[in-house]
Amino acid sequence: MSKHETIIGLEVHAQLKTSSKMFCGCANNFGDPPNTNICPVCTGQPGTLPVINKKAIELAIKTALATNCKINERSVFARKNYFYPDLPKDFQISQFDLPLAEHGFLEIEVDGNKKRIGITRIHLEEDAGKLVHKGADRIMGSDYSLADYNRAATPLMEIVSEPDIRTPEEAKAYMEKLAHLLEYIGVCDAKMEEGSLRCDANISIRPVGQKEFGTKTEIKNMNSFKAVMKALKAEELRHREVIDEGGTIIQETRFYSEETEKTKGMRTKEFSHDYRYFPEPDLVPIAPTKEWIEEIRKTVGELPDKKENRFIKDYGISETDAFFIVSNSKMATFLEETTKSYNNPKAIANWLVGEITACLKESKMTFDNIALSPNQLAEMLALIDNGVLSRKVAKEIVLPELLKGSNSIQGIIKEKGLTQISDEGELVSIAQDIIRNNPKQVEQFKSGKEAVLMFFVGQVMKATKGRANPDAVQKILKEALKK
Amino acid sequence: MEINIEHVAHLARLGLSDEEKKTFSKQLGNILQYAENLNKLDISDISPTSHAILMENVMRDDKVEKCQDIESIMKNGPEIEENMFKVPRIME
Repeated sequence: MSKHETIIGLEVHAQLKTSSKMFCGCANNFGDPPNTNICPVCTGQPGTLPVINKKAIELAIKTALATNCKINERSVFARKNYFYPDLPKDFQISQFDLPLAEHGFLEIEVDGNKKRIGITRIHLEEDAGKLVHKGADRIMGSDYSLADYNRAATPLMEIVSEPDIRTPEEAKAYMEKLAHLLEYIGVCDAKMEEGSLRCDANISIRPVGQKEFGTKTEIKNMNSFKAVMKALKAEELRHREVIDEGGTIIQETRFYSEETEKTKGMRTKEFSHDYRYFPEPDLVPIAPTKEWIEEIRKTVGELPDKKENRFIKDYGISETDAFFIVSNSKMATFLEETTKSYNNPKAIANWLVGEITACLKESKMTFDNIALSPNQLAEMLALIDNGVLSRKVAKEIVLPELLKGSNSIQGIIKEKGLTQISDEGELVSIAQDIIRNNPKQVEQFKSGKEAVLMFFVGQVMKATKGRANPDAVQKILKEALKK
Repeated sequence: MEINIEHVAHLARLGLSDEEKKTFSKQLGNILQYAENLNKLDISDISPTSHAILMENVMRDDKVEKCQDIESIMKNGPEIEENMFKVPRIME
């Protein structure tokens, strides 16, 4: 194997969470029937004029602030000219020499090592429409295609990294970090599998110590974080093999295939571009005022890294749990909301990471549309502390009901008769029954095998359907067994 | 000033006859020649002009306004299938 190092840069496209499109009032909605969100502007009818969506600019500035970018005092939209059936105007409105923001960075961590990845630029553009290929399950071999322009001209933000990434693992870490951040600050859904976040990668290798970059290839069609890593691993290996065999890498665009786990070159002719960028004459420049930027800064809020540290320091939550909770912004908010009416963040965190996550997984639900409210969780935990509910009953009966959408804990308790048995007399008589029916185990206990006590505790819990307090049961059993 | 007329015609997806190629080569060459004059000026202190008007920040609020006449747009497509625009095979 040659002594080469790998150079990777990523271009990420993020769909912005606006209500309307980038330059017209059509709805920015995924999944609507074909061509129901189109108008003369986004389909490029003669004489129509685009108008910039203010929210899209705000979301891009928000991203720039969260990624330590410098926001340009003046930025300009430009036309990128090319023909493709998903592009009704025959040009894409994008940004070229004056993007919205530049010179930022993101900090990633791989195997415990922190590293800063530079962000070259963030710019805004419009997305293309969607093509449905007929006669084959992909573009190759299809007879014809159908164009749906609902997605055409929806706002798209491009985030370009510096060629600072050195391994496919770092590329994956960068993508995950960026996705998490975008989802967190509420600018993008950031789901690679659904296409709301997309990634193209530039990769090249060079002998260690050489300053100049080697010839790069561009990899497309990576539809998950894992695919980003796998595709780059495959391409890295291909570069090494070609060079080791004395060959040369050709600069080209290559597509990654999930099935073969390899990249494949496209015939270069189809992708030889001459975009003839020029300033978009129908849109005047964007020059964000200081006041506007400061207003947007207020909406950025606490970033994930900072929140995670606070959870660890102030709440006493373990690093693993804090990372898990913060990786879902809804869960992090849920935790903070719950602490307002139940002052034991650690206990809340345990339930979120443990029982609640397990229960959601079991019933194939996600935290994103959880039916349980922070107040309900607080109420349930307080009822456990007060001895009204046993942990077991809360976990196995009350929680699943709440996650299914029941809205009254008291109602569930009443309906199912779940109140913890607090009458000691009742527990004593149950314990005595069990002792009477299990003479063999009583013998073992008396001969010194104290572990058998747990057998009796289990039997009592079973007899009470979990409605007994295990600590109280142990105490009662110990006394009863001494007799 | 020479211009690669075939390349330019291909970028614009225009099919030109030999006669047209000759005519446009000459005309576009003249335009380029004229623009070439600017290269004689010292513009090192001037930033590029992107727009002829001094306006900035023209934006609209993020409000949905549904188009009332999508039907007319659909009529512009020579062939419609499943309410989508039918286009010829993309990759040969």
